Amino acid sequence: MALPDVKQSATEARLATLRMPEAGCTRDAREAALARLRAMGLPGRRDEYWKYTRPDTLISPEAPKAEVFHTDEPMVFDGFDRLKIVFVDGVFSPEDSDDLTLEGVSIDRLEDICCKDIHWAKQLYGVLEERGQTPVQRPLAALNTAFAQDGVAIHVTGKPSKPISLIYRHDSESSDAILHHVIRVESGAEVTILENGPAASRFNKCIEIDIADGGTLHHVRAQGRDHQRRAATHMFTRLGKDSVYKSFTLTVNGVLTRNEQVVELTGDDAVAHVAGACVGDGDFHHDDTVFITHDAVNCESRQVFKKVLRNGATGVFQGKILVKEGAQKTDGYQISQSLLLDDDSQFLAKPELEIYADDVACSHGSTSGAIDETALFYLRSRGVPAKEATNMLTLAFLAEAVEEIEDEALAEDIVSRLEGWLARHS
Amino acid sequence: MLEIKNLHVKLEEEEKQILKGVDLTVEAGKVHAIMGPNGSGKSTLSYVLSGRDGYEVTEGSATLDGADLLEMEPEERAAAGLFLAFQYPVEIPGVGNMTFLRTAVNAQRKARGEEELSAADFLKLVREKAKSLKIDADMLKRPVNVGFSGGEKKRNEILQMAMLEPKMCILDETDSGLDVDAMKLVAEGVNALRDEGRGFLVITHYQRLLDHIKPDVVHIMADGRIVKTGGPELALEVENNGYADILAEVN
Repeated sequence: MALPDVKQSATEARLATLRMPEAGCTRDAREAALARLRAMGLPGRRDEYWKYTRPDTLISPEAPKAEVFHTDEPMVFDGFDRLKIVFVDGVFSPEDSDDLTLEGVSIDRLEDICCKDIHWAKQLYGVLEERGQTPVQRPLAALNTAFAQDGVAIHVTGKPSKPISLIYRHDSESSDAILHHVIRVESGAEVTILENGPAASRFNKCIEIDIADGGTLHHVRAQGRDHQRRAATHMFTRLGKDSVYKSFTLTVNGVLTRNEQVVELTGDDAVAHVAGACVGDGDFHHDDTVFITHDAVNCESRQVFKKVLRNGATGVFQGKILVKEGAQKTDGYQISQSLLLDDDSQFLAKPELEIYADDVACSHGSTSGAIDETALFYLRSRGVPAKEATNMLTLAFLAEAVEEIEDEALAEDIVSRLEGWLARHS
Repeated sequence: MLEIKNLHVKLEEEEKQILKGVDLTVEAGKVHAIMGPNGSGKSTLSYVLSGRDGYEVTEGSATLDGADLLEMEPEERAAAGLFLAFQYPVEIPGVGNMTFLRTAVNAQRKARGEEELSAADFLKLVREKAKSLKIDADMLKRPVNVGFSGGEKKRNEILQMAMLEPKMCILDETDSGLDVDAMKLVAEGVNALRDEGRGFLVITHYQRLLDHIKPDVVHIMADGRIVKTGGPELALEVENNGYADILAEVN
């Protein structure tokens, strides 16, 4: 079916500003992604999947400017021993990065996977993204596959002694970055991936993660404090038998964020947890869109999303659990909650379950509410001042999401970020 | 110490007068009990004194050591030395009991211009007080009152009281939902805090709590007023004959 004119012209206007990298061996995947993108067109305001989030500034030919935020305060994860991979406005920076050698893992730049003939990466690039295009189209991810400027291929074969830390620095107020990473976790291997930073004025990022039988990947992300930045991110994750994927995202700022997680449980007894905590003030718009497919027996999935909103901030949650025929003994859980600190803020939620197996346990809940006045009075009656009591209850509200982080030190670091935000905004 | 004069209180949202002229003075070192039938205004009195929203004082005053309680925020009343042990202690998921206690203790110390307790000193103190109330380490670690039994919740209230060392303690039906053993434990906790400088106002339906916490003065409250005041024998009278005789007598 031909695209509507408006959509086609918007898509072509955006494409006119992009240039496909040479990238020999990924060329076919990129061309195929471009064809996919042209067939579906970039998202528009009338698309059901973009009902709550306006895609305009994510698809415009030029990225809206975003002031660079400067601070002397320590950054998130600063105190942790980790292997740092730094991108500045979406370009790998060797001088800011650590030496990329570490036992149990090999890391290469995306542009090197051809000359180094890294088979697994060539075979993964664009594949999970394409799988993730059905049943719901994700045009910004196809655009990413076609035009990604940089990225890394991370091959986890053992249990590296420290986390791999992807750091996204934002230096130019009109940067428009497209990054694409591919990660393969081999059988029995285990890794922690950290991500932080605003990345660019506008950031389109895609990660494809393939976890083999018995592999484990932990992911903790903090999206940077630059207020005017925009981001559309996708994580496509495929899990084999007995594998584990646990992802947590903290968002404390940004005028527009759309985080999509597409998870496919393809091996029996696999576990996938996807969580997020966000705190937004003013013209903050934050969208978590999650699609989890159960296609094997006895798998467990959890979605835990908590949003604190004030001064007109908007939170969106679209989460789906799809249980395919034969995916018996599925245990699916989904909760999305917002704490609205005033009457101006809004939370829009669309929880969905679609189940084709008859022996499953799936639950979902979504709530939106104000601070619990009874609890607030209880704290104040013990001498805790109103502001501090409100902050305690706000952190308590977010706790269920933060508790999804297994590593206690990382969880504490995230909590300290949230405390910082509360202190700055109360 | 606590002086309540001609206190009139109505619900904020509706034209319903709950307290219709309460006069009551609690002296330092004394235990006063308020008894009364359901709906007489006992719990409202405790909420108004501690500063809960939803009530409007239309007349009268309440002071603690001369300071106007009704002008203060709830946290200021707490820092001034007022403590309410809740009839229904509130569950707060996500806030650790220990964190809560420490925040409260230090917030009050800060408000009074005192030095905050160090983590080590606090820990030592809380362990010691918790032990006497048979509160184990696990209860201290868990979120405030979440998953606590009725008895554990009430013991937790008394632990807070012991940590905060208030001047004036109000106990709102602390005996409700307690079995005999739990009541004894709670009463022991309260009795341990009795001293010359501290006043107590014990609100209860039943005389049995007063077997364990011996009052100096007993008040009977009905229809928003204190209708009779006497010694501990008044509580026994209620226990034996119910409220009907007393109410008939004062009417």
